Amino acid sequence: MRKVLGISALLLVVCVITAIASPNFLSGYNLENLVRRTALFGIISIGVAFVIVTGGIDLSIGSVVCLVGCGLPWLLATHGWSIPGAVAFVAVLSLAIGLFHGLLITKLKLPPFVVTLCGLLLYRGIARGFTNDQTVGFGAEFKTLRLLATGKIGIPFIPGFSIPAPWIFLIVVAIVAAVFLNRTIYGRYLLALGRNEEAARYSGINTDRMVILAYIISSALAGLGGLLFVLDVNSAQPVDFGNFYELYAIAAAVLGGCSLRGGEGTIVGVIVGAALMQVLRNMITLVTNRNNIEFAIIGAVILLGVIADELVKRFAARRRALAQGG
Amino acid sequence: MTASLLEAQQLSKSFPGVRALKGVSLRLGASEVLAVIGENGAGKSTLMKILAGVQQPDSGQLRFEGQVVHLRNVQDAQQRGIALIHQELNLADNLDVAANIYLGRERRRFGLIDTAHLCRDASRHLQAVGLDVNPSTRVSTLSIGQQQLVEIAKALSVQAKVLIMDEPTSSLSSTESENLFRVIRDLRSRGVSIVYISHRLGEVKALADRVTVLRDGENAGELDRHEIRHDSMVRMMVGRDLSQFYAHQPHPPGDSALEVSQLRTSAHPKQELSFQVRAGEIVGVAGLVGAGRTEMLETVFGVRPARGGSIRVAGQLLRPQSPLDAIQAGLALVPEDRKKQGVILQMAVRDNISLASLRRDQHSGFLNRQREQELSSEMIQSLQIKTPNPDQFAQFLSGGNQQKVVLGKWLALRPKVLLLDEPTRGIDVGAKQEIYRLMEKLSRDGVAILFVSSELEEILGLSDRTIVMHEGRITGELARPELSEEAVLHLATNTQAIATT
Repeated sequence: MRKVLGISALLLVVCVITAIASPNFLSGYNLENLVRRTALFGIISIGVAFVIVTGGIDLSIGSVVCLVGCGLPWLLATHGWSIPGAVAFVAVLSLAIGLFHGLLITKLKLPPFVVTLCGLLLYRGIARGFTNDQTVGFGAEFKTLRLLATGKIGIPFIPGFSIPAPWIFLIVVAIVAAVFLNRTIYGRYLLALGRNEEAARYSGINTDRMVILAYIISSALAGLGGLLFVLDVNSAQPVDFGNFYELYAIAAAVLGGCSLRGGEGTIVGVIVGAALMQVLRNMITLVTNRNNIEFAIIGAVILLGVIADELVKRFAARRRALAQGG
Repeated sequence: MTASLLEAQQLSKSFPGVRALKGVSLRLGASEVLAVIGENGAGKSTLMKILAGVQQPDSGQLRFEGQVVHLRNVQDAQQRGIALIHQELNLADNLDVAANIYLGRERRRFGLIDTAHLCRDASRHLQAVGLDVNPSTRVSTLSIGQQQLVEIAKALSVQAKVLIMDEPTSSLSSTESENLFRVIRDLRSRGVSIVYISHRLGEVKALADRVTVLRDGENAGELDRHEIRHDSMVRMMVGRDLSQFYAHQPHPPGDSALEVSQLRTSAHPKQELSFQVRAGEIVGVAGLVGAGRTEMLETVFGVRPARGGSIRVAGQLLRPQSPLDAIQAGLALVPEDRKKQGVILQMAVRDNISLASLRRDQHSGFLNRQREQELSSEMIQSLQIKTPNPDQFAQFLSGGNQQKVVLGKWLALRPKVLLLDEPTRGIDVGAKQEIYRLMEKLSRDGVAILFVSSELEEILGLSDRTIVMHEGRITGELARPELSEEAVLHLATNTQAIATT
């Protein structure tokens, strides 16, 4: 909880600084866009958080976003599939990718880093292959379907700002994820095995099955993210669609309090972390107007956050040792 | 008694929250094997680390060859001729034997390592410890016993006058141990003095010229060669008689709770294990490390697959594919490695206790938090787990209380059969006694208990019946009247008991 408060305070500080430095920050258009991006990145960040809780990692998220993001318009616009058929296909594909990762990691005991790194190369490569590196998009069609991502729900009395549709997806995903993680025995199993897989197994937990489930959740939410991303921007370039998104997602989860050692993390924290990432990017664009230093600033902020967290932890440990020793 | 070679006077050392040593003294003569014994937490390891320069005392002094010395670090101690051989070996197992012996002190020619010379020198030291391997053999291909001899050769290569050995036989087979004893005696005859730390009193009896006993960070006494007996050592270590320590009262057992017949484990697939434990019975499993005791428990509990045979729990056939199957049949296992397999250190005491019973108490997948709270309070109270509150992380508890948390996790399930693997390893005397009492109480309540222990006193003091294993085989079963240290050792080594000669 302490971590969530800390990161929320940091988010607030960054918002205030940006608002002071750039009047455009608080404009309805900018805020709405920010909330939309936060929602989209929040969904994929929640996915990777489940994997991180088990002590694993998923580097394939950006490529799954690309595969689904290119696959959907390719099936619908280029090949004339029906909407339910195409959506069902990409959904099953995403689930299958997660299952595939999970099986390799648990049954063959391959390291998650290697498995999902190969996934990162594989799925983008496949997307570039079937599209022949050509941009795929919906053109002027599928307006109704695209409302899933582009739609807005107006709020009375606040002109110029309305809730973007992806936010609804985020809220639903977040509530289900938080309930699953904190209120079901399976969530407890994930947290337990993330801290000590062997002890969890000796306690009668089917750890393999839980780990596989985490990778399925990660890929499924990456797939959902890919679908919403492409519906939002209308077209996708296979070369760079979803590029680096796994890193944005992992960074959001870590900022939000997930330990890469496993066993730790809250859904609220992950969403705040995703919001912080988006506000930082927004600040760089609005204040410096130099997108080329984006990675440098994001890298520095995350590093500072992690260092601060470690120092606080050590300080607390020393105080505890003193209190016990006295 | 010859003149002192190494002498420690009134050493004290504190760590945050613990006073590990409170004025401990020790005397080591030339060409002497001195055994240092004591319960876990008695301060043996700290004392050894100070003697070897790993840690510095808060007060007190060391004299070596008559001079007061301040050992600043391990290298300093080594240069003077004091070498420590750790319980866990410190070899780079990807390098060859010669490279390990001379690690950091490689002889060079034109800036490059002079391998030929290194190997020649190394083989001389290998001969001295009776290890017949090529110096260019990779360490990873050697057995644990051979690796230990490499460590000793390494110590000899720095002209060590004092060798400090911390539980050197803890992972050796009986033949490897015998060989090590021979090497130790040989070194002694060549003028090397040895400080030998062990839990195994049989070894101490066989090897030591003198015994220094530590208890709670203080000297508890000293025994000369002719005074070294099992009961005298235990009395000094524990501070009271054995009979008070184990209050075992045999009572008539009930029906068969666990029946294992012709079980074959993956560790020793050629051996068949058959035995039975009845309700309310405490059965001890004795044997040396590597006898296959842990593998037997883990196979019964479904951690590792059985290669054949059958397991029956209260008459019902059990084919465990996973621990879950075993748990549902009424088994529970307190595993050997508490921190790796038992508790989850960074999880609350409450969540640790409820972990195995979440499935039983669930509301269609959802946690039953009220039940969790009740269970953990009940266990904290009945097992007297010392924790400020149930939300405390298990890592902040002492070893004994962590072990009680593991026990609580299983007792919450009310098992029919409780399997315990070295249940009192690494916990203090008080907690040990509480665990013994708990085992007594559970057996009176009709729980069948099968426990593995390497501490012979525990086996002798607690079990109604003892199964003895040797190299994957059950070599014998001893009922209480036939139970004696000699009988157990005889079966455990499957020879005339060497350690008692």
